[in-house]
Amino acid sequence: MADPSNKPARPLLSSVRRRLLVALLLVGLVVLPYLASLAGQPALVSLATRIVILAIAAASLNLALGYGGLISFGHAAWYGVGAYVVGVLYRHFVTGDLLFGLPLGTDQLLITLPAAILVSGLFAAGFGALSLRTSGVQFIMITLAFAQMIFFFFVALKAYGGDDGLIVRRRNALPFVDTRDSATFYWVSLFFAVAWFAFMGRVVRSRFGKVLAGVRQSERRMAAIGVPTYRYKLAAFVISGMGAGLAGALMANHARFVSPDMLHWTQSGEFMIMVILGGAGTLLGPALGAAVLIGLETQLAAWTEHWQVILGPLLVLMILFTRGGLSGLLGLLRGGGR
Amino acid sequence: MSEPLLRVQRLFKRFGGVSATDDLSLDVRPGEVHALIGPNGAGKTTFIGQLMGEIAPDSGAIHFGGTDIRALSTPARVKRGLARTFQIIELLLEETALDNVALAVQAGQGHSFRFLADASKDRSLRAPALDCLAAAGLAGRAHTLAAELSHGEHKQLELAIALATKPRLLLLDEPMAGLGASESRQMVEALKRMKGDVAMLLVEHDMDAVFALADRISVLVYGRVVASGAPAEIQADPQVKLAYLGEGDA
Repeated sequence: MADPSNKPARPLLSSVRRRLLVALLLVGLVVLPYLASLAGQPALVSLATRIVILAIAAASLNLALGYGGLISFGHAAWYGVGAYVVGVLYRHFVTGDLLFGLPLGTDQLLITLPAAILVSGLFAAGFGALSLRTSGVQFIMITLAFAQMIFFFFVALKAYGGDDGLIVRRRNALPFVDTRDSATFYWVSLFFAVAWFAFMGRVVRSRFGKVLAGVRQSERRMAAIGVPTYRYKLAAFVISGMGAGLAGALMANHARFVSPDMLHWTQSGEFMIMVILGGAGTLLGPALGAAVLIGLETQLAAWTEHWQVILGPLLVLMILFTRGGLSGLLGLLRGGGR
Repeated sequence: MSEPLLRVQRLFKRFGGVSATDDLSLDVRPGEVHALIGPNGAGKTTFIGQLMGEIAPDSGAIHFGGTDIRALSTPARVKRGLARTFQIIELLLEETALDNVALAVQAGQGHSFRFLADASKDRSLRAPALDCLAAAGLAGRAHTLAAELSHGEHKQLELAIALATKPRLLLLDEPMAGLGASESRQMVEALKRMKGDVAMLLVEHDMDAVFALADRISVLVYGRVVASGAPAEIQADPQVKLAYLGEGDA
């Protein structure tokens, strides 16, 4: 595993050229559904939607892991909780049953997304407050343990499908927008992803981001200049959880299905791989990591059923030989936030 | 005589069978430079750790500015005006010298739960940070990454960061250690310029520096103050010569 505290190379390109490239990338992402239909590959839109959504989760993990040095191995929990918020609210919307004694069921995306973000943030705050009493390997293990606890909670939650999960028959509705159209939902997801990445970009350059980067490099130094580090780590952990909740809620809509698998530790591992593969502590690295990982998985799985045998060594090689992640290799995707 | 800024009374700290701090009493008056000398392993760094709240003493009292600070966390003590430099540097090596200092300025301006504005463009952070770098003699290296600075510059940066917290008492843990002759002179000059504005507890082996700066000297051996007084008295004290200077440590 690459050391997340590794200093990546300085930006190779001027900020103007970098902005131009980001703008170009954005245009490319926006027109992607048209290109896909031109190329006669409509399935690409669904794949791209998944990547865009997972990139949100990876970017939010990156805030804690890459910038704050908090190696959380339980990120899938907040992602899954966000998904379940959508699933549970939809179930109650369909059946009309009360939730906590209130008619809370809804299929409105503008309600379910904030609700998912909020609930995931609350979960992350509760479990983070306990986990952050530890550090190092213990922190990794305790976040893993808590996430697995939440996983088994949903497995046992028979009222909401237990092991089988929940089906969301129709995607959440958005006023004036047909979310059932796959290209439209791709754009909706892309919008939230761009907003989240823009937010992350601001955060890592802010006073909060500077403190977070300081915590990663030396907590002792931060204490000695008068910074009580715990509350900043907790805030980073909560924001990280909220981003995962947003991603989970979008994924529940995209897949129209929620299951405990979304909270499984292997999903947490995938998020970590995305971050490290793309470049921990870089702004766009996690997006790149998500694209490469999901792209490879899809491609290899279409090719052979033993795709994991190929993917594993491939990932090891990529991480070994790129050190600072793929974005370090490309140089041009450097976020410049440090 | 003015009320002491720092008053330590009967401080004890044991690590297993070893007494790191043994009935240590000492005070620092406002604006004074109080040097703490002693052979390696005398417990000087452990003492600073206890003053900063990084290490909990077993017993004893620490009063700073008239209040008992023993229950306070390190950040809370920093807020009250204590600051330290580290003998073994503790810097943010991935950041520039300026960013290291600016972060200390930022910490002094209250909470950092500000998520949107770009901190590196904040003049209220950069201007004071540049002043502190200049005071430590490091103005020319503001935009160099801390990792790329020399050992002497690391020491200067340690000092600049401590200054940026606007301390009333600076705890200097061997600021000259490992410095060349000219770097040492620079550091002494920098400290001399600050003398009077801020009180200092100077832990140092470099006797030239100690005698150039100190108003008072205490000698620590095995966690115990064996002598304390004006520089001339200490120089003449036979017990000190035996316990410390005699070991050839200086």
